[in-house]
Amino acid sequence: MITLPLETAAHPEQLRRVVIEPLSRVEGHGKVTLLLDEDGHVQQARLHIVEFRAFEKFIQGRPYWEVPVMVQRLCGICPVSHHLAACKALDQVVGATTLTPTAEKIRRLMHYGQILQSHALHFFHLSSPDLLFGFGSDLARRNIVGVAAAYPDVARQGVLLRRYGQEVIRHTAGKRIHGTGSVPGGVNKSLTAAERDELQKDIYQMIAWSRDAVRLVRQLFEQDLETCRSFGTFAARTLSLVRADGAMDLYHGGLRAKHADGGTIFDHVDYGHYWEQISEEVKAWSYMKFPYLRALGHEDGWYRVGPLTRVTRCDFIPTPLADRERREFMAFDDGRAAQSTLGFHWARMIEMLHAAEAIKDLLHDGDLLGTDLMAGGKRQARGVGVIEAPRGTLIHHYRVDESDQVVRANLIVSTTHNNHAMNIAIREVARKYLDGRTLTEGLLNHIEVAVRAFDPCLSCATHAVGRMPLSVQLLEADGSVADALVRG
Amino acid sequence: MNERPSFLLDGAEVPFEPGQTVMQAALAAGRYIPHLCYHPEFTPHGSCKLCTARVNGRLMAACTTPAESATEVDSETEELNDLRRTLVQMLFAEGNHFCPSCEKSGNCVLQALGYDLGVMTAGFRHFFPDRPVDASHPEILLDFNRCILCELCVRAAREVDGKHVFSLAGRGLGKHLIVNAESGRLADTEVKINDKAVEVCPVGVILRKRIGFATPIGARRYDESPISAQALADAPRPLERSHD
Repeated sequence: MITLPLETAAHPEQLRRVVIEPLSRVEGHGKVTLLLDEDGHVQQARLHIVEFRAFEKFIQGRPYWEVPVMVQRLCGICPVSHHLAACKALDQVVGATTLTPTAEKIRRLMHYGQILQSHALHFFHLSSPDLLFGFGSDLARRNIVGVAAAYPDVARQGVLLRRYGQEVIRHTAGKRIHGTGSVPGGVNKSLTAAERDELQKDIYQMIAWSRDAVRLVRQLFEQDLETCRSFGTFAARTLSLVRADGAMDLYHGGLRAKHADGGTIFDHVDYGHYWEQISEEVKAWSYMKFPYLRALGHEDGWYRVGPLTRVTRCDFIPTPLADRERREFMAFDDGRAAQSTLGFHWARMIEMLHAAEAIKDLLHDGDLLGTDLMAGGKRQARGVGVIEAPRGTLIHHYRVDESDQVVRANLIVSTTHNNHAMNIAIREVARKYLDGRTLTEGLLNHIEVAVRAFDPCLSCATHAVGRMPLSVQLLEADGSVADALVRG
Repeated sequence: MNERPSFLLDGAEVPFEPGQTVMQAALAAGRYIPHLCYHPEFTPHGSCKLCTARVNGRLMAACTTPAESATEVDSETEELNDLRRTLVQMLFAEGNHFCPSCEKSGNCVLQALGYDLGVMTAGFRHFFPDRPVDASHPEILLDFNRCILCELCVRAAREVDGKHVFSLAGRGLGKHLIVNAESGRLADTEVKINDKAVEVCPVGVILRKRIGFATPIGARRYDESPISAQALADAPRPLERSHD
C-alpha cells in the first residue's frame, strides 16, 4: 500500500516539539510542528494552516453577481483563479451553459496571464534562492535580492515575465490584481486593437524566456541529480482536469484521477457532481480541510494536484514547445524527475511556457476583439465551477435562491487538495535531514523548501519575500526550552 | 448691463441670482464646494455637513445658506477639509463600505469624495453593522449596510416619483432607512425599477439587480475624472446665459 498516513505519536507529551512559524516565502501563513523522540527521530510532522478565512460563510446572503469579485480576495497572487472559478459556477446559475467565443477567449487569456505571472513569481521570487544557492546556504543572500545580485539576468527575466502576465490580466480584467473583467454569463470587456498590439509586441520574448526557465530547472536537476530525485519524494495519487481528448486544459475539462502507478481511478468525470468523487475530512489541528477520493476512503484517498500532476498526467500539452519539454521531462532520469517533489518546479516552468504559447495563439485570434460578450439562459439554483489554478484544481460550488442571494457555498482550493501530500513531504524531509541533528536555520529551511515546492497558497495574505520572522524552539518533555533559534 | 450681486468665496467674487444658495451660486460660477447629500434636482437638506463653510466666520452648510451680498465665505481651507475628511471617515466607519467587492465602486459618491479629499486611513474603529439585505423585490436590491442617511431616496421618491417609499426611522445612532410597507419588505412597496429614487442613491444601498460589475474598470463614472470636476460639469450654469 502506498499510503503513508501521518504519524500521530501515542504519547506526544514525552516528545520534543519543534515549531517552524511562520513558514516564509509561501503565500499566507502556516506553521510546521515536529515531534521528536529521545533519539531525535521524527514521530509526528504536521503542516498547520492557522488562518481562519470563512469566505464560505460570509458570502451567504450576498447577491450572486458580487461573488466573483468578492471571493477573489482570498488571494493576492492568484485572484484570477477564484474570479474565474466563481464565474464558471455562476454561469450555470444564470443559464449561460455556453459562453460567446469572445467571452471564453478573453477569460482564457486572463487565466493564462495568471498562470504566467503566478508561476514566474513562485519560481523566480520565492523558490529560485533555494535552488540557485542551496537549501542551507547563507540566509543573508537566500532571497530575490541575492538572486538579482548573483544572477541578474535570471532575476530580471523573472520580474519581466511576471509583469507581462500582470499586463495581460490588466487588459482583460481592468486591474493587475483584483479586477472585475469576468461576470456571470461572460465578460464586461474585450480587447481593443491597441491593447492586443501592445501584448503582441512582447509575447515572443516571453516565450523565449520561459524556454530558458525550463532549461534552467533542467540544469539544476543535472547538477544534483540525487537530491532532486529524492528530496521529499513519495508516490501519490493525482487529480486534475483534462480536455476531452486528454490534453492539458487549465481552463476547462473533466476530472481525471490516477493511481501512483498511472492506473486510472476515474477519467473525464463531469465536475458538476464532484461530491460524488471527492469528500473532505476535518482535523482539529488545522483550519485546512483534508479532501479525499470517496472510492478509496479518507485514510487512503488522499491525492496530489498542481503542475507536477497536470504535466505528468495529461496525454499531451496542446502547444508544441511546452509539449516537447513535457516529453523530455517525462523521460529524464528514467522518469524519476517526473515523480519527484522538486519536479514541481520543472513542471511549473513547462506550464509557464505553455501559458506563454497559449497567450500568443489567443493574441492572433480575432474573437478577442469581438463585441458579443454575454450569454444567458434558464436560471438554475446551483452552479459548480472548476478550473486548474496555478497551484492545482480549484472547485467553487454555490447555491443561489430565487431572490438572487447565495445560500450555500463550498470552496475546495488547490492547496487544500495538497494538504495531506504536503504533510507527507515535510515528514520525509524531516526524517532525512533533521534526524538527531542540532537545529540550524539551514536545516529547517529544508522543511520550507519541501512546502514551497507545492507553491502553497495558505491564504490571501500578502506574501513576504525571504525575511519573514522565524522562531523555533526545541522543548524538553517537561516543557522547558532546550534550544531556540530566532530569525527576523 | 446690471450689476449682479455677489459674495466672496475663498477671496474670489462669486455672482448669484436672488434665491440661490451659496452652493448653487458657487457651482454655477465654476467653484466646487465638497458635498454629499446635496443634489441639484432636490430641495437642499443640509444633513451630511460635508459642504460646511465659514460664512462671515460662522460654520454653515453651504447647501442651505442663502447667498447674500457682502458676505465672505471660506471653503477651501485646510481646517475645513480636515473636518470633511473626518466626516467621510465617520460615514465609512458607520457602515460596511467594502469598496473592493462593492459593485458601486467607481460610481460611488462617498468613495469618490474620499479619494478627492485625500482620505488615506479609516480613522475610526468600524461599527461593522449586520443589517439583513432586502432582496425581496424582483428587480431591486437593498443593502442597508451601506446607507449614509443622506435621504436622497426619500426626497426623490417624494418630490419626483410622487410616492412614499423610503423614510428614516429611529434617532441618533439608531437612525436607519426603512421602507413603507407593513411587512418591511421592498417588494411590498410601490417602488418601480425606473423610479428616480432607485437611480439617485449615491452609495451602494439601492441597486438594480443583476447589473453588478457590467461596467468595466476604466469606464466607470469616477474613473475618468474626480468628483469635484464632475460636479462642476454637471452643475446648472444660469449665469453663463446672462453674461452678455
